[in-house]
Amino acid sequence: MTQKNWEVVIGLETHAQLSTLSKIFSGASTAFGAEPNTQACPVDLGFPGVLPVPNRAAVERAIRFGLAVGAHIAPVSIFARKNYFYPDLPKGYQISQMELPVVQGGSLRIQTKAGEKVVNLTRAHLEEDAGKSLHEDFQGQSGIDLNRAGTPLLEIVTEPEMRSSEEAVAYARALHALVRWIEICDGNMQEGSFRCDANVSVRPLGQKEFGTRCEIKNLNSFRFLERAIEFEIKRQIELIEDGGKVVQETRLYDPDRDETRSMRSKEDAHDYRYFPDPDLPPLCVSTEWIAEVAAGMPELPEVRKVRYETELGLSAYDAGLLTATREAGEYFEALQSAAKGVDAKLCANWVNGELSAALNRAGLELTDAKVSATKLAGLLVRVGDGTISGKIAKELFEIMWSEGGEVDALIESRGLRQISDTGALEVVLKELISKHPTQVEEYRGGKEKVFGFFVGQAMKATQGKANPAQLNELLKILLAGD
Amino acid sequence: MSLTELLNQGLLEISAALGRREVSAVELATAYLDRIDQAQPELNAFITVDRKHTLQEAALADEMRVASPDLPWVGIPIAQKDLFCAKGWRTTAGSRMLENFISPYDAHVVEQLNRQGFVTLGRANMDEFAMGSSNENSFFGPVKNPWDLTRVPGGSSGGSAAAVAAGLAPAATGTDTGGSIRQPAAWCGISGIKPTYGRVSRYGMIAYASSLDQAGMFARSAQDLALLMDVISGHDPRDATSVNRQDAPCSHGLHQPIRGLRVGIPKQWFGKGLSDGVKAVVESAIQELLALGCEGVEIDLPMSEQAIPAYYVIAPAEASSNLSRFDGVRFGHRAAQYKDLGELYEHSRGEGFGPEVKRRILMGSYVLSHGYYDAYYLQAQRVRRLIANDFERAFERCDVIAGPVAPTTAFPLGSFGADPVQMYLADLYTIPVNLAGLPALSVPAGFDHGLPVGLQLIGPWWEETRLLQMAHAFQTATDWHTKRPASYSGVTQ
Repeated sequence: MTQKNWEVVIGLETHAQLSTLSKIFSGASTAFGAEPNTQACPVDLGFPGVLPVPNRAAVERAIRFGLAVGAHIAPVSIFARKNYFYPDLPKGYQISQMELPVVQGGSLRIQTKAGEKVVNLTRAHLEEDAGKSLHEDFQGQSGIDLNRAGTPLLEIVTEPEMRSSEEAVAYARALHALVRWIEICDGNMQEGSFRCDANVSVRPLGQKEFGTRCEIKNLNSFRFLERAIEFEIKRQIELIEDGGKVVQETRLYDPDRDETRSMRSKEDAHDYRYFPDPDLPPLCVSTEWIAEVAAGMPELPEVRKVRYETELGLSAYDAGLLTATREAGEYFEALQSAAKGVDAKLCANWVNGELSAALNRAGLELTDAKVSATKLAGLLVRVGDGTISGKIAKELFEIMWSEGGEVDALIESRGLRQISDTGALEVVLKELISKHPTQVEEYRGGKEKVFGFFVGQAMKATQGKANPAQLNELLKILLAGD
Repeated sequence: MSLTELLNQGLLEISAALGRREVSAVELATAYLDRIDQAQPELNAFITVDRKHTLQEAALADEMRVASPDLPWVGIPIAQKDLFCAKGWRTTAGSRMLENFISPYDAHVVEQLNRQGFVTLGRANMDEFAMGSSNENSFFGPVKNPWDLTRVPGGSSGGSAAAVAAGLAPAATGTDTGGSIRQPAAWCGISGIKPTYGRVSRYGMIAYASSLDQAGMFARSAQDLALLMDVISGHDPRDATSVNRQDAPCSHGLHQPIRGLRVGIPKQWFGKGLSDGVKAVVESAIQELLALGCEGVEIDLPMSEQAIPAYYVIAPAEASSNLSRFDGVRFGHRAAQYKDLGELYEHSRGEGFGPEVKRRILMGSYVLSHGYYDAYYLQAQRVRRLIANDFERAFERCDVIAGPVAPTTAFPLGSFGADPVQMYLADLYTIPVNLAGLPALSVPAGFDHGLPVGLQLIGPWWEETRLLQMAHAFQTATDWHTKRPASYSGVTQ
C-alpha cells in the first residue's frame, strides 16, 4: 500500500447531547442511569394523541453553539420528521431538522503537529434521540428502554475538510472542549453524550472529485475515532489498489477486532420520507433572543487565549494550555481572582508546571486536584509577598497535595517563614565568614564564584528560609569587609 | 316538563332543571343510557357504553353541583367521539388496532369538559382513525342514519352526529379534518361546528392529519354550540399549534343582530355536482338570511376545485407518518404470529388496520417518497396556499360565506364500496375550509325527500362568534333545527 499517493477526505457528524433537565419535546427528565422506562412520559412513548412541544433550553443551547462557532443562526428553522420503523423509535419517526437547520455554517480552529487549521462547519441541527434496545439479558427477546427517547441532541456536521485521522481527532477534541466550555453538553463519552460518525473517502492525489465514502457510525472515544479512520483508510486504499471499488455504505467499528464492518449498503438505505412536522410550527429565533443568549455567553477560549497573551503577558503556549479545557480555564480564572497581586506568569507556571505534574503523577483530572485553586492561590500569595521562597513553596505544595492543610498554618507550624529579618541573617552570615577565612580571602582576591558557596551555605544554615534577595545584598556587604 | 321532554331540550334548559333539582345528574344519565341501550342495536352510534362508569361520573357530578352551584354544566351528559383519549375509558379510534387500548391520560377537550362537570355517556362510533365520510370504515360496524336506517349518517364523526340527532345525548364532541363534523351534522339534521385551526387544543386527540385536524362540537342548536365552544376553546401549552389569544367568549356575541352582514355566495359551489334538491334548500336558506337583513355578494373561489386532490396528498402524507406509532411494540394490537421484527410489524399492522386506513398510509408513503415529494407534497402545499388566498380575497368582500355542506343528502349504506374516489369527491365543499384552517359550521336548513340538508357558514379566521351569531339568527327565524327523526323523537319512550 502506498498511502502517500492518496489523499484522505474526512467529514464528521457529531451528536452532542444537550445538557437540559428535561427532554427536547416533553417534560420528562433526561438524567442518566434511571431504571428502564421510568423517565419516559406518554409523549416520549409516542402514545396516541400526544404532541411535541419544543424545549426552549435546548434551542438556547443550539444558539450558544452557533454563537461560539461564528455561525448564522437561522431566524426561522423547521422541524422535520424522519420516518423509519425501529422498536426503540416510539413514534416511527424521529423529529429532526432537514432543510432549514437552526445553525448554519461556522467554523472551528484546530491544532495539529503541522500547525493550526480551520475546519468549516456545514450546519448544526436539533433533534431527538431514540431509545435503546437491550439484546442481552433476555432469552429470545429484546428489551426496549425509552428513557433516552426524546433526549435533545445537537448534530454538528463539518465540511469534508479533514485530511487525516490526526486532524479528525484534533477537531473532535476541539469540539468536545468547546461544547463543554460553553456548557451545552457534559461531554461524557461513555454515557453517549458525545459521539461521532465519520465519513471517510480516499482519492488519488491531485484528483478533484471525491471518492466514494463510507460512514462509520457511533464512535464514542477519540481512540476509536482514530483507529476506525485509520482502518478505513487502509481498507479503502487496498481495495482500490487491488482493482476493487469502494461501495457507499454504513459501517460499524468493532474495537475488539480493531476493524470496521459493513452495516448496510446504500441500496438498503431507508427512504426516510422527510417532511416538515405538522405538529411543530417553524422555530423562530428573534434577534432579541440571540442577543440575550450572547449576553450570557462565557468568554470563548480563543478570545481568552488572546487576552491572556496580551493582557497577562503569558506565552502562547501557556495561554493555549490554560484555555484548552473548561476545567483548566475555570481553575486558572479562580486562581487569578483569589491570588490578588500575584504575577499572572507565576500563576500560569504553577498550573502548567507543578499542578499539572502532580495531576499526571496521580493520574487525576483537574476537577479532582488535591489542591484547589483557592488553596494554591494562598500559597502563591505567600510567595508573592516574600513570606516563603519558591523552593519552600514547592515543598509546601507537596505537603498540601498529600496531607492537605492551609498554607499559613503550615508555614507557622513547620517554621518555614522566610528569614527576612536582617539581624538574624547577619548573625548567620557573620558566623559563616568567620568559619571560612580561606574562602573569604579568595573572594576578596577577585574569585567571585565563591559568592555562590556562601549563598549555598547560608541557605543550608537557614533550611532554605533566607530571603534570597536580602541574603545577596547582605552577603555582598559583609564579604566586602569593613 | 317531563323527563322525556327534558332529554330533547337544549343545554340551558337541562342546566336549569339540574339547578332547580328537578332532576339529578344520575337520573339524567340513566335516562339517556336507557335510550342508548334501546337505540344501539339499530343505530350502532356507540363503540363503548359503560353504564357503571357513567353513573359514577354522574354521582360525582351530583356532589359537585352541591359544592359548586355556580358551575352551569355540572351533570350535563355528553357523548365523546372515540378519538379523544380519556383516562380509564377504552379509546379505540374506531380501529381494531386500539380495540383494547385504555388511555392513561385525558385529552385537552376531555379535561376541559370534565372540569366543568360534564358526564360522559359513552364513546361515539366513527370511521377508523377519522378516515371516511360515511362511518362505514369503523371496525365496530357502520352507524345508521336515524332519519333512514338504510342510509349512512356521514363521517367520520357519524356516531356523534347520530347520537345527538336521535336524542341519545344533548351534545357530542367531534373532529373535522375534511368535513367530519359538518357533513354528518348536515346529514343527521343537527348543528355542528369546526373551529379555526389552533382554537381548540389537539392534545390527546388521536391524530389523522395534524395540520388539518380540529376538534369541535355537535349540538341541537347554534346557541348550544356557542356555549360548548366556550368550554373547549383556549390556549393549551401542550399543543404547539394551539394559538394563544384572548377572544371574547363565543356565547357573548350570540344575540347581536346580523342585519347588514355581507353573505358571500361562491359561484363555483352551485353548479355542476350539486344535487337539485340540496341546491333548492341551500338557496332558500340563503334567501332567509337575506330576508333577515344580510346582503348577498357573489364571490369567486376558483382554486377550491383543486382542494380534493391537494387534500388527498397532504392528509395521507401526514397520516402515513402519524400512524407509524401503531407498530405492535408498546400498545395496541400485536399479531399473535410472527417470526421476526419485520413480521411483527407487518402482521400487527396488517391485522390492526382496515382497508381505508391502509389505502391512505400507502398513498401518503408514496407521495413522501424520494423523487415524488416535490411533485406531490410540495405541489399540494402550494395549492393549499392558493386556496387560502382565495378565501382571504373573498373575505375582503364578505363577512361570512354561505353554501352547501355536501352535494347530496345521506346516501344508502354500501353506495361506494368499490369506488372510494367517488366518496372522496363528495367532500368538495368542506375540504377547502380545512386546507385554509378557517372556522365553519353546519346548521339544519331543510329537507330533500325527507332527508336533512345542512347550510354551511364559513368565517374568516377566529370569527366563530360571527358564524354562531348568524346561525343563531337563522335558527331564531326558522325551526329546521328542532325537527327530529320520527322514530327517535322520544315518543317511543
